[in-house]
Amino acid sequence: MKRAILFAAILLAALAPLAAHAQDSSTVFIQNATILTVTHGNIEHGSILIRDGKIASVGGADLKAPEGATVIDATGQFVMPGIIDCHSHIAVDGSVNEGGPAVSSMANIADVLEPDDINIYRDLAGGVTSANILHGSANPIGGQTIVIKLRWGKQASDLPFQGALPGIKFALGENPKRSNFTPPPGVQPRYPATRLGVEEVIRQAFIEAREYKKQWDDYNQRKSAGEQNLIPPRRNVQLDPLVEVMEGKRYVHAHCYRADEIVMLMRVANEFGFKVRTFQHVLEGYKVADEIAASGAGGSTFSDWWAYKMEAFDAIPYNAALMNERGVIVSINSDDAQEARQLNQEAAKSMKYGGLSANDALKLITLNPAIQLGIDGRAGSIDVGKDADLAIYNHDPLSVYAVVQKTLIDGQVYFDRQRDIAQRPALEKEKQALLDKEKKASEEKKTEENSEKKPEKKPSPKKKPPQDGDASVVAGGAL
Amino acid sequence: MRYRLHRRLIPLALVAMCAALLIGWACTARGEGGEPRYFAIKNARIVPVSGPVIENGTVVIAKGLIQAVGTDVAIPPEAWVIDGKGLTVYPGLIDAGTNLGLPPDEDAKKRGAGSGGAASGPEDRPGTTPWRVAGDELKTDDKRIESWRNAGFTTALTVPDGGIFPGQATVIDLGGERPGDYVVRPRATVPVSFKPVGGFFGFPDSLMGTIAYVRQVFDDTAWYTQAEPIYQANPTKSERIPYDRTEFVLSRALQNNEIVLLPANNSIQIVRALRLANEWKIRAVLYGGQQGYDVATVLAASKIPVLVNLKWPERVKDADPAAEQTLRELRFRDRAPGTPAALVKSGVKFAFYSDGLATPKDIFKNVKKATDAGLGSDAALRAMTLDAADILGLSDRLGSIAPGKIANLVVTDGDLFNEKTKVKHVFVDGRWFVIHEEAPPEKPGEKKPDTDEGASSERSQRVEGVGR
Repeated sequence: MKRAILFAAILLAALAPLAAHAQDSSTVFIQNATILTVTHGNIEHGSILIRDGKIASVGGADLKAPEGATVIDATGQFVMPGIIDCHSHIAVDGSVNEGGPAVSSMANIADVLEPDDINIYRDLAGGVTSANILHGSANPIGGQTIVIKLRWGKQASDLPFQGALPGIKFALGENPKRSNFTPPPGVQPRYPATRLGVEEVIRQAFIEAREYKKQWDDYNQRKSAGEQNLIPPRRNVQLDPLVEVMEGKRYVHAHCYRADEIVMLMRVANEFGFKVRTFQHVLEGYKVADEIAASGAGGSTFSDWWAYKMEAFDAIPYNAALMNERGVIVSINSDDAQEARQLNQEAAKSMKYGGLSANDALKLITLNPAIQLGIDGRAGSIDVGKDADLAIYNHDPLSVYAVVQKTLIDGQVYFDRQRDIAQRPALEKEKQALLDKEKKASEEKKTEENSEKKPEKKPSPKKKPPQDGDASVVAGGAL
Repeated sequence: MRYRLHRRLIPLALVAMCAALLIGWACTARGEGGEPRYFAIKNARIVPVSGPVIENGTVVIAKGLIQAVGTDVAIPPEAWVIDGKGLTVYPGLIDAGTNLGLPPDEDAKKRGAGSGGAASGPEDRPGTTPWRVAGDELKTDDKRIESWRNAGFTTALTVPDGGIFPGQATVIDLGGERPGDYVVRPRATVPVSFKPVGGFFGFPDSLMGTIAYVRQVFDDTAWYTQAEPIYQANPTKSERIPYDRTEFVLSRALQNNEIVLLPANNSIQIVRALRLANEWKIRAVLYGGQQGYDVATVLAASKIPVLVNLKWPERVKDADPAAEQTLRELRFRDRAPGTPAALVKSGVKFAFYSDGLATPKDIFKNVKKATDAGLGSDAALRAMTLDAADILGLSDRLGSIAPGKIANLVVTDGDLFNEKTKVKHVFVDGRWFVIHEEAPPEKPGEKKPDTDEGASSERSQRVEGVGR
């Protein structure tokens, strides 16, 4: 109950425009914190200087706040890099699946970002600063994906993580072959219906994409050779992203479970000259960890969630640790707006299951997903020059007592627990006032409608049209 | 001088006219020029919209157009004269988005249904019938045409429904002999909807899929526009270009600089639509616009106009009273009527449209909500007249009272936005409609002579044959 109230309050607070207003100050100084840098150990009583959204210096107690800086006193608190969720479906307007075609690569999450999805704010309250927003897993080849920063209160165009490569969702196994649901009567089941079919759909799509690319290459070549009156090929919004995959301009994030399908996709990728960037879920990844590591792909998995469907029966909570041990870059993701708020605890579970060090556990939700998404030059650790995307906890984030106090993106505070709490009464009041106003208006309307229903004095049916006598119409204009 | 009547004959003519109205008789001698084509409204307060208000002015209508307006205007001898003392003349109102004259489309669902599977090529276009033209399907016996006209509306954009590209919308005037007379511009806009039409297993069944689909259609159109002339000029050099109705029609429409209407009601949709309009290189106008108060400056910077839907958001009727209302919804419902004022403040051009409202009374009620929320009544009038005409690319002929404009006028006994004000006369293309409180009861078995042209009326009556 308490929890429900808290979330209700967070919801309300999140809606306040004030919450969206991050500080304008370009110089921010976080002092006297335990800093978990992830890349170079922990600093007790440490300070971080942020200028223009970037980490300008990281040091001990000797680092002093410059004149005019906005100081955040984090005495007794812990600062860690903002959490990066490598598999999220928040902030999407409309369905996350374009489930009609088996190849829905024309659909693009970037077209439907929803910056006022409340889950952005809630995830900020869980220390998340960036998320890989994926299309669903209905199709062997799904829609285009995008990495965003959770800049709550900004417009859709302000959300994308600038410089991060776009991606595309692939999905293998039961979801794309649709083992787990039956179409309504009269609707034909969709191809593919087997894992073999899933492979075939992916191969076929890339064969088409290869042919499409060839058409364009030929055209461009002939055109640059000076040939006149050429009719260009049609642009195909479904195949364009697949060409980008083959050209290395777009990452493949592949939803998968079983070892056999993981190896299958690596083979198909090899045939068409691209690499799978991440295997998502990858619950049997521990069985083929060496192969995954050799391919250069990352593995983004759950902590301890298994047996929820047939292909998840062989999942084990040691998966992250085992893949990590064999050299796979591993991250823990949420795939769920609620779970994203406790990714710190999900990461901590890998210490229990598999004995990861605290720092390696933290990497699962910071540096490793940053590497997987190609943004590790900008995020994932507390290092000079990186974006000041930070989460400040009251306890060690790997503790079950840890609660986020502040979340910063680009050095600006996007979530502040104290501010949130302080705003709740005003928001409650505003809400009540609006409810009262609507109630009053609807009562007035009812009264009005009732009075209209009263029988009115009927105008005489023989009322005459305008006549000369009432001077409204005069024919002839000789004045 | 066929219409010139001696003053002494005037009462006689009027009696004849009234008699005609009362017994439901009207002369159908069109060839004889049976209806008057010249009118003058004198001593009226004239609100031209395009210029300052004229007190005690005169408007002269000749053969469907406004011939003259001002205080020092000669009334031609053949004109019927309305003494406008105590009356105000406004330009006819424009409703920038309706389905007036378009009966509910039974086939829309069928047409909208996706065929399933991948829709990658030009041969597979779900919910796409841009060759349909609303004006070709006009049913002028739609009772709403008359009720809109009685309230002062003389012009409407009527938009076909059903699918992603349902067809082209038509600007109609709300009066005429035959459906064709109503049509001001048949191919006025290309409306687009982002509502998924795929259903289960059909494409597209998501918002992002629908946007991608529309992107492909505009890409195909651009390709056709580029490829067709190359092929026509060099038919021996390459394969024949397959004929595709969608590409053909849209290519022509975009080359004619036809407006594309993009749906955008909340701030997110507005920002998105502005981006897509830019990407697709179309002449866009947004429709919906109700959360414009949040993004008015962004809209202003884009210079893209907005059609604002007057059906303000309301709490769903019969909603579970215990269901939680989010602050966001409450704010939206509270602030939406403030959008027009915010748009004026930021300099965004907008017009109103009534889609979703059942009666003109609701339209005026909801305009009042906007004026209560800070919209000046001058600006409200502009949004319903000249700015609407301007957005639809017809300000050279509609939207204000000026010489040469189409004679669409509404004559009231007071301020248009005062709920007690009554509409006395309406002119559509210079055709005179007298507005009655209530028509004489129709006798059983007696058919009014002009029902087939939609001008038959319980509240208004076309004036015909009076000039003979």
